[in-house]
Amino acid sequence: MTVADVSQFRAWIADTSAMLTEQAEHLTDLDRAIGDGDHGTNMARGFAACAALPDADGEGIDAYLKKVGMTLVSQVGGASGPLYGTFFLRFAAPLAGATSVGPTEVAQALRAGVDGVVARGKAEVGDKTMYDALAPAVRAFDGAASGGADLAGCLEAAAVAAAGGRDSTEPLVARKGRASYLGERSAGHLDPGATSATMLLESAARSLG
Amino acid sequence: MKKLLNDPADVVVEALAGMAAAHPDRLDVDLEHKLVLRAGGPVQGKVALVSGGGSGHEPMHGGYVGTGMLHAACCGEVFTSPVPDQILAATQAVDGGAGVLHIVKNYTGDIMNFEMAAEMAAEGGGAQVASVVTDDDVAVQDSAYTTGRRGVGVTVLLEKIVGAAAEEGRSLEECLALAQKVNGQGRSMGMALTSCTVPAAGKPTFELGEDEMELGIGIHGEAGRARVPLAPAREIAEDLLGPVVADLGLARGESVIAMVNGMGGTPLLELYLMYNEVHRILAAAGVTVARNLVGNYITSLEMAGCSVTLLRADDELVRLWDAPVDTPGLRWGV
Repeated sequence: MTVADVSQFRAWIADTSAMLTEQAEHLTDLDRAIGDGDHGTNMARGFAACAALPDADGEGIDAYLKKVGMTLVSQVGGASGPLYGTFFLRFAAPLAGATSVGPTEVAQALRAGVDGVVARGKAEVGDKTMYDALAPAVRAFDGAASGGADLAGCLEAAAVAAAGGRDSTEPLVARKGRASYLGERSAGHLDPGATSATMLLESAARSLG
Repeated sequence: MKKLLNDPADVVVEALAGMAAAHPDRLDVDLEHKLVLRAGGPVQGKVALVSGGGSGHEPMHGGYVGTGMLHAACCGEVFTSPVPDQILAATQAVDGGAGVLHIVKNYTGDIMNFEMAAEMAAEGGGAQVASVVTDDDVAVQDSAYTTGRRGVGVTVLLEKIVGAAAEEGRSLEECLALAQKVNGQGRSMGMALTSCTVPAAGKPTFELGEDEMELGIGIHGEAGRARVPLAPAREIAEDLLGPVVADLGLARGESVIAMVNGMGGTPLLELYLMYNEVHRILAAAGVTVARNLVGNYITSLEMAGCSVTLLRADDELVRLWDAPVDTPGLRWGV
């Protein structure tokens, strides 16, 4: 499939919610190692609220995703709420008025969303954050799109790259977020935010492509 | 997990309902937004202080709402910062026309949520908001490339002192400058004897052996900078005070406001024993303790351990410290 409409974006959020609920304990365990042990429960709660958003007739993709962003901001708390909320609010903006989107539009949206995360969190690659998964995902998506891949192919490439970025966080010493307080002790653990960000993109590859 | 609970998901709201029932004369509790507010609505013509953060640090912050201290506290889930909607609702509820000071501890989540709330308040054209960020934890290496130091014990002292200044009728700019001064001359360091269990997680955040302690912890049950063998209290007091005194550059002849704070699961017997050590070390260094606070003021659920906060004192700060305060958590002069 080369295009996605609002129902598939809804499916993306529902699939992400299911995955986060299933993986909540895993994420919380990761967070317990280098954070404060609440990432799984907070993310599962926030996305469950998004998955439960009522279906509005004739709603555009951007309107729906803005609601997702606002819901995450108001439901998740911690740093993840503003970061994931900002991701969806910015992701939605370039899709204004669109009823179905292909690789070009999603590439723009993904870049805008990730730029929003960077603006809010001020992270750089290598800081051991969700951006370590998102940055290679954006590059891989763009690379696949310019190579002529369809939406499914682009998202698959992004998900694979995100997983690689997630795995790259394990040896890193955290420079942002709560894990940074551990200094050298933060090395040797996967970053929980990079892990949940990878789940979001893997879910997109399953639902949107 | 053994805790006094009904459902772990309801712990914050049910505790807030308890605060409302316990202090109906002093507090208004907004259960929908999870806010603790002073009874009687906004104080016209005076700066209002709004603080907040994750729950689990009681009495901070809800216990510090009242005359001479905070106007509102925004309560997040356990160890999770409050969300912008809550902070915005608190800001609007307490604005008496003289502006609102947000008191934010330097944690990534707290910073982002308070920032978004301040942006929303500015967009709405409502209350004038200024923010102070506390970052007094010397256990964290400070660097331009990292999140920086955590906000911990000095937050309690700041809320008391700036609360007194707001009560005197100082402007938002003056309250902000005072808050920055307090943060700038206060430092803390903490240690843990045990971990703690977040109700929703159900198991301890970390495991600590019988003969081990964590040095340089924050207030969220997170592990510290180093795991070291348990030592006698006098050595622990040296370990905590050394970096604090050095970082403040305290000199012989200076005076401080000192807090020995329990993390939630430490008996007062041990906290006073620690205060004795702290007092002894400071006396030997020629530093006078002008005022002190010993007890559980900024906690980490049921964690055992303590933190030490020193605030370089001057006549102005001591006078504001002594001003009347009437909150569930701190009360004197009334």
